[in-house]
Order: sequence, then structure tokens, then C-alpha cells
Amino acid sequence: MGSTSGEHTTTPEGIGTTSPEGVGTTSPEGVGTTSPEGVGTTSPEGVGRRSLIKRSVALGLVSVPTMSFLSACASSGGGGQEKAKAGKKTKQNPLGVNDTAQMEFVLFDGGFGKEYAQDAVKIYQKDFPKAKVKFSATQKIQSTLQPRFNQGNPPDLIDNSGAEQMDMGVLVSRNQLADLTPLLDAPSYDDPSKKVRDTLRPGIVEMGQFDGNPVWIMYYAYTVYGVWYSQKLLDSLDEKYPETWDEMLKVCEKAKKKGIAGWTYAGKYPYYLPFSLYPMIGKVGGREVLDAIDNLEPNAWKHPAVKACFEAYYELYKKGYVLKGTPGLDHIQSQTAWAQGKALFIPNGSWVENESANVIPADFDLAVSAPSGIDSSDKMPFGTIWASGGEPFIVPAKAQNPQGGMEQLRIMLSEASSKNFTTKVKSLTAFNGGTTGISLTPGLKSGVAALEKAGSNVLNPRLQDWYVQLEKEKIGVSGLGEMMAGRITPAEAIKRIQGFADETAKDTSIKHYKHQ
Amino acid sequence: MHHGKYRFIVGFLTVPLGLYALFVVWPFIQSIYYSFTDWSGLSPEFKMVGFDNYTRLVHDDIFWKSLWHSLLFALVLPPVTIGLALFLAFMINVGGRRRKGGPVISGVRGSSFYKIVYFFPQVLSIAIVALLFAFAYNPDSGAINSLLRGVGLGSVQPLWLGDPGLALWCVMAVLVWSTVGFFVVLFSAGMASIPADLYEAALLDGASRATTFFRITLPLLWDTVQSGWVYMGILALGAESFAVVQIMTTGPGGPDYSTTVMVLYVYQKAFRDGQAAYATTIGVALLVVTLLFAAVVMRLGRRERLEY
Repeated sequence: MGSTSGEHTTTPEGIGTTSPEGVGTTSPEGVGTTSPEGVGTTSPEGVGRRSLIKRSVALGLVSVPTMSFLSACASSGGGGQEKAKAGKKTKQNPLGVNDTAQMEFVLFDGGFGKEYAQDAVKIYQKDFPKAKVKFSATQKIQSTLQPRFNQGNPPDLIDNSGAEQMDMGVLVSRNQLADLTPLLDAPSYDDPSKKVRDTLRPGIVEMGQFDGNPVWIMYYAYTVYGVWYSQKLLDSLDEKYPETWDEMLKVCEKAKKKGIAGWTYAGKYPYYLPFSLYPMIGKVGGREVLDAIDNLEPNAWKHPAVKACFEAYYELYKKGYVLKGTPGLDHIQSQTAWAQGKALFIPNGSWVENESANVIPADFDLAVSAPSGIDSSDKMPFGTIWASGGEPFIVPAKAQNPQGGMEQLRIMLSEASSKNFTTKVKSLTAFNGGTTGISLTPGLKSGVAALEKAGSNVLNPRLQDWYVQLEKEKIGVSGLGEMMAGRITPAEAIKRIQGFADETAKDTSIKHYKHQ
Repeated sequence: MHHGKYRFIVGFLTVPLGLYALFVVWPFIQSIYYSFTDWSGLSPEFKMVGFDNYTRLVHDDIFWKSLWHSLLFALVLPPVTIGLALFLAFMINVGGRRRKGGPVISGVRGSSFYKIVYFFPQVLSIAIVALLFAFAYNPDSGAINSLLRGVGLGSVQPLWLGDPGLALWCVMAVLVWSTVGFFVVLFSAGMASIPADLYEAALLDGASRATTFFRITLPLLWDTVQSGWVYMGILALGAESFAVVQIMTTGPGGPDYSTTVMVLYVYQKAFRDGQAAYATTIGVALLVVTLLFAAVVMRLGRRERLEY
């Protein structure tokens, strides 16, 4: 790869947009429609040299893509482009943005859409009229951006989210991300006397750290996890949300008599279960139990609180309170069944209101609650909830205009932009406040109330961002999923999960983190 | 006459062979090279780690599971698909009852219509087929369980893709459904080129349908069958199995790793876990398996060629 700027800007994109897709969508079709004919029509003439060559071509065609796309995006280029010169730091420009440099922003185009970011980009352009802003939104974060990281030519701001999220742990451990401390220490967009860090919700800054002080990630959305239900349906059973497990079983029994299942969950993605199960473990056994689990400490899963909570959930299965067929449903299917009133409760995050908007009836009266506990001997009060940042934004270390990327984030963290986001996509942001004066949807309102009730009892288990494979595949699918489908007992599930955690703790190819 | 023959051949072969080397052979070499590094796929820096990735591969349970599933795909799918396709193609082209005044050999009634129907799934992209079947397998409101309820089997409501014992077979069934039509058409073309007098002679001798099939049709069709076998095996090891497993048994390849296949594992390691070097190592293993499969089938299938 040469070092002219032209090549740098065109090639990586070329690779990014064609080859990874080639693997997923075009090559199977390509093979399916073209090469078989080639093989088929020559065969009656016999296995000559010609057809042998053709067959080996066909062989290559099929088996190569898996490998060639990998090497196609391998690091073949030299270093990145020149960084933009920093501008002068002033009161209006505390980060010292170069007001003529280009700023490139790539957004994950997911459940929250792209309008909120476009609105924020407009403000950036108004503040720096001479700067060129290149904004794009895509669902294919990894396939478009991975080659650019390999080329040392990443954009200045990325919303690294969605199914194709790049592994944060790897990015951090390979020094690919910029420290966002300057942004956090800069004055906030609304009030020059306040630092950005002081305007954020609790836990946001810590979530962006991995080991030690630098802050690598700025989570923009704020998600409330818990048990979601229709207040209307619960009222029709003449019940309140249960605070202890005995009450939970009683409510489920009552629902069952009316032909309604107590629970359903995303059976194909059982890693939705922790959204209510982990905070329950924390409530029963205390914060340190979850911290020990996150730190991959030996025997962390063997804590009695874990056992009690697993057995409580297993009882839902044993008593037939889980919607029939649930282990075969994906998240959309289970949410739909739940919205249709086939099941009372579902563990989920606050995005469910936007995601299921088209199936949730108008009078559903969506509500979220902190998980029920076991009984009054629990270590933390009822109301203890899991809430944490969502939509992780990063500024690459090799970005050409990192100040620009951070300035764009500073704009997004202003009260006006935050309100804009909340109104448009029914979700809270990392900005603490910004909900007064706008009309909140039922789910959002109930989420805000749950946060108020929780106060400082907000938990933030980190397995899902520290160890993706462990959390999703191993604990989620092979552990909890199997247990809730009734194929293994809670004791077996705990043994299995502890084994997975030990494996991960020993695996030297994974970077390990600890709660500070 | 032969003057300049080699120059002529070389002149024609340079460009294609060059392209082949550049786009097929070179990536292989690169991949093998990367399997000896610790490249993450997310940064340009990496260093050589020797055989570390291969030792890890040997001790990786999920790799062995995915290898086993891939082998199952390669061993089960071709015989089932090709057997079914041969049967259907034979019925369409040769298996019909002899009608007065008609041709000596013909297919069953309505065979031209069946030919189109069988080919139908080929028109749909595998992604769409996988999505459609994912809906059909939905245990709560899917077509299959609804059908079971409809015929009074309400007590039999399998979880299909949610059951580790069934998921892999469910996925295989979809691949059979979507590829069998292609082979029906392929074999029909092959059967059409078999001279009719051979069949006439057999009929005069009083051969039954089964005898006709095993003594005439199959031997004369053998080359096509063998190619189809290799092709189907590669499909089962590669692209198609990836698509159905990735789309239908979403998440990590089925409940409890019950449907994880090698291609899916390559993809997950490279694009989810940021371990591109390890992914290329699995890719190398997949290459070995694919080549072995092709070699075995070619070897087993070798027999005298029949001239006609």
C-alpha cells in the first residue's frame, strides 16, 4: 500500500464494503447459481483435466472466502495520515478544536435511528462553519471500520454498537482508543462553571474505564434493566408488583389460572435473563457478590445468593409459569407474545419500548420494576436495580481530529441535545436530568421513577461488556438457557457456569479486568 | 502444425493462472501466515507466536464440536439430498407408466410442472429461506406446531430450534429442502442425454423400474452424481451451512453449541471476539477438512467410464 492520501481514503472503504459482505451474502448466492452449472455440464464428458481444474476452482471459490476476506483486510498499509493540528483553546472552544479540520463521525444506525446524531452534527457545523463534517450511519460497524483500524485511518468519532460491535477489550488492550479525560474535564456545553463529568449520571464515567484511570468509552444512552410488564394486565389480576419471591409465585399462580403465563424471555438469547437475575443476586447477596463474579474470582458463582436466585427462577419453569415454547423464541417473538398479553413479565432493557412500539397496545401502560427479592433477609432493599450506559461512543487513538470527535460528544451531552434524544427515541441519556418539561412515555416515566426509588442502589454488572463470549454464549445460552428450558438443574448450571468462568480466567488470549 | 504450440498455450494460461494465484492462492498463503501470529483484526500490530494458535485449537472444545457438526453436515447432507434428487429426477424423466401412442420413456403425469416446483426454492436466496423456516419453527405460533395442533397433536409441541437434540436436524432439513431442486434439474439434464434406445432395449427385456434405474440410469449418470456429491459436500461445509446456522439458530449457534459449525466459528472469532489470527487457524483446519472430503469422494467414486 502506498502512502499517498488518495489511496488511504479509498482503499480501506473499498475493502470494508465489499469483502465482508461478500462472505455473508453474495458468495453463497454466487456459488449457488454459477459454479454448479460449470461442474454439472462438463461432467457427462468425463472427469478430464478440464473438469478437474474447474472443480478445484469451485473448491477454491467456496473455501477461500472464509480466509481470503480475513487476509484482505489484514494490515497491509503503513501508518495513518497526519493528525490535524490542534486549534487554540478558548472559552467557546475549550478542547482546542481546529476549526478548519474535517471531522468524521460514524454512527450505528440501530434502534435509536440517526436523527438525533444528525441534529447534533448540525450544531457542530454551526459552531465551526469552516470545518467539513463527514457523517455516515451504518449497521455494519465492524465490517466498515475494522479495515480502517487496520490501516491506521479510523474516523474521529464512532458509535460502536449493535450486532457488529467491535470488541472494546481488544481495542483498549491494543491501544486503539483515545483517552476521553480531556472531554470529561472540559466545561459543559450549557454551563462553563461545570465540568462535563459533573453533568453525567452515576456510573457512566466508571463504565468507560477498563483498568486504571483513562476513560475510553462515553456511553451516551442510559438503560434501565429489569422486569417489564403491563400495569393494566397486573391491575386486572388485582395484584401489585411482587416484592418477594413468595409473592411472585402467588401472582404467577393467579395469572396461570386465567390462562396467562407468568414469564417469558428471549429463549434463543437467554442472556436477556440476567437483566433481572443479576440485580436480584446483588439484592439478595450484596454488591460484592456481583463484583466477585465480574472479577472472575474462584467459586464466585458458588455463593449462596446465586444458588437461591437460580433456584427461584428454576421454580418458575418447574411450576409451569413460563410461557410454553419460550426456549424456541427469539427476542422479537417473545416480546410480541408478551405484548399480546400471553405472559405477564419479561426481563428486558428500556429499549423495549421503542423496539416493540408497533406491537404494544396503546392502553398497555408499560411499566418496569426492580427485580423481586427472596425475602426480608436480602442484603439490599427492594428497588435495587441494574442501570447503566448504552450506545458506546469512542474516539480512536489514531483519529486525525480527536478534538473534533470529543467536541461533537460535548455537544451531544448538552441539555438541549439530550432532551432531543429522549423525546425522539424514548430513552434517557447519560446527561443527568433533561427530562423536565417534556412529556414522557409510560415506560420512560416508569424507568425514571424506578431510578429515583433505587437512589444509590444502582448495580452495574460488567460481564456483558468485559467478556462478551462468556456472558452471551456460555453463561447465557449454555447455562441459564439450558436451566430455564429444564434440561439442567440449578446446581448443574452453577457448576457449568463456574467452569466457564474459570476457563475464561485462565485464557491468556483474553484481557482480564477487575473492579477498581 | 505444432510450431509455437507451447507459446500459444502459455499465452492463454498466464493471465488466468496469474489471477488465480493472486486471488486464490495468495490469500491462502496469507491466511496460513496469519495463523502463526496474534493478530487481533482490530489493530495493525501483531507478532509471531509460533504454533500457539494450533495448540489452542487442539484444546478447544467448541472447535471440536463445530468440527463434528461440520462433518455431520458433509456426511449426511449429500447422500440425503442426492438420493432424493435422483429419485425425483428419475420419476420425472423415466419413471412414468407407458402410455399408448406416447414416447417409449416418459415421466410421471405432470412431470414438467413438478420440475418447476422443485426448482422453486433455488430462486430464493438462502437468507430468505432461512428466515422463512425460522418463522415456521417458532414453537409458539409457527406453522409446524400450528399444523400439529390442527391435526389434534396439541400435546406434541417440540421446541425445534430451541431443543439441542433437534436444532441441528432442523437446520439440515432446511438445506435439503432448498438444494434438492437444483440437483433434480441437474440430473434431469443428465438423464435427457442418455440415449432412449438403451431404455427401449431394457423394456423389451422386461426390466422393472428399479432395474432400469440401477442398471442404466445410475451408471450412465455417475459422473454428474459424483460432481454433485463434491459440490454438495462443499456447500454443506461452507457458505450454506453458515447462512442457515447464523440466521436460524441465532446467537451462538444453537442452544448449548448444538449447531455451531466451523465457518460460523471462524466468523465469530474474527468479527465478534477480535481474534482474527485464531480465526484464520480455524480456517486452515476447514481447508484441510474440505480438501480431505473432496479427495475421499473422488477416490471412492472412481470407476470405469462408460461410452455411449
